[in-house]
Amino acid sequence: MAKLSIEQLEKSFDGQHILENLSFKVDEGEFVSILGPSGSGKSTLFHLIGGLYTPDAGNIILDGKTINGKKGSISYMPQSHALLPWRTILENVMLGGEIAGKKDTKRAQEMIEKAGLTGYEHAYPSQLSGGMKQRVSFIRSLLSPQHLICLDEPFSALDEFTRLEMQHWLLSIWEKHKRSILFVTHNIEEALYLSDRIIILSNKPASVQKEIILPFSRPRQEDIMLTEQFLQYKRDIYRALKFMN
Amino acid sequence: MKHLIQKGWRPTAVLILLFVLWELASRLFAIPVWLLPAPSDIWLEAINGWEQYNQHILSTILLSITGFTIGSSVGLLVAVALHLLPNVREAVYPLMILSQNIPIIVLAPLLVIWFGFGWLPKLIVIILVCFFPIAVSTMDGFRQTDRELMHYMKMAGATNGQIFRKVEWPQAIPSIFSGLKIAATYSVMGAVISEWLGANKGIGVYMTLASSSFRTDRVFVAIVLIMTMSLLFFGVITQLEKRTTKWKQEEDESHG
Repeated sequence: MAKLSIEQLEKSFDGQHILENLSFKVDEGEFVSILGPSGSGKSTLFHLIGGLYTPDAGNIILDGKTINGKKGSISYMPQSHALLPWRTILENVMLGGEIAGKKDTKRAQEMIEKAGLTGYEHAYPSQLSGGMKQRVSFIRSLLSPQHLICLDEPFSALDEFTRLEMQHWLLSIWEKHKRSILFVTHNIEEALYLSDRIIILSNKPASVQKEIILPFSRPRQEDIMLTEQFLQYKRDIYRALKFMN
Repeated sequence: MKHLIQKGWRPTAVLILLFVLWELASRLFAIPVWLLPAPSDIWLEAINGWEQYNQHILSTILLSITGFTIGSSVGLLVAVALHLLPNVREAVYPLMILSQNIPIIVLAPLLVIWFGFGWLPKLIVIILVCFFPIAVSTMDGFRQTDRELMHYMKMAGATNGQIFRKVEWPQAIPSIFSGLKIAATYSVMGAVISEWLGANKGIGVYMTLASSSFRTDRVFVAIVLIMTMSLLFFGVITQLEKRTTKWKQEEDESHG
């Protein structure tokens, strides 16, 4: 059974058609990336799944239940880390559980250790580097009780080296704690390296332009990025995106 | 401490220089004491006149602290209420700003007419001057929310109450403290003004008595007392702020 299915979603804002007949699925434990030009409504899609807005038509179904306009059903990691500056790292990662009324200090401590942030439990976010803040933000979404994690271009503000390191780190953590992930990005390599499946959105109004199932095995090795197969996929996607404009 | 010396020696030096010039000028031109007393005269009066004014200090301190406490509590409550009821805020906020344009000097005698010469009109004056800076800075603090952070909280299923307790309130604390600092210095001033109106104790009374009997040296003693009190008050609140907002200092250090 699909973890999340989006069925014929429609959304307009101020007469601007943003999503049109958008349908796709995310399976249990699957890593799906959504790739699209900037301003193609990726963030709107997340806000709809997160229940901030209700769709004009169509359904968002999570674990067989319609969650249109229902908040608190997914775990979300925004583009900026969105950590609370007055909370320590430990207090920050427990925020998701705290909102749902389930605080688990022991597990939080374990995850901080696994994420390579030992010793920073009682530091404040301002004392951490950009990459470390994103790690904390990701751990926070992993520790939240919801099973589907939505990541909205989490590494777009990082420099290239940190970005590569973070992608690698993300996979190593995720491969141990299989969760369904919906990952929005505009970086083709990032999508190819991380995902099981890539969904390419068209320009506004956004609908599914193309879907690509990736054959790369897990655990992913970094050197697949240099293989001919990887580059071939990259060319295909590049052309598909270029073709739209 | 080292930090204090490093930062404080320049203004201290300027202050000492000013005092020296003042002292020299009063001696050189033989300015009469009732017109402008020299710093040494003021200093002597401050030491010798302790018996004269010590009772007044306590009364003013008590009045300012009581007024400040009530005024800031009211300010905080009003800010929270107006924040949670945006419609009411829109209706009341402009009136609040308008109310601040009424000079307190004009209002104070009216309060005496309405409430007599007791503690009540004096407290009301202080509450009025403390209330506004706190209410305004607190409300500003509540509204400085980061959009992504709010999206995160809402998507995580946080209720409005949770958003208020976990995001809006803690984020407003630095602003609340800047309001408190302004209100603290205002409260001493408010107390002195309210004591001018008619009281039997307080720095305000001491000051009026001194000026009406041409004891200018005592007026200056009163000024020094008021400044010291305000500074002390300010210092206490700054210390409190440092303890409650450790995270903010880390932030300032890493950006500065």
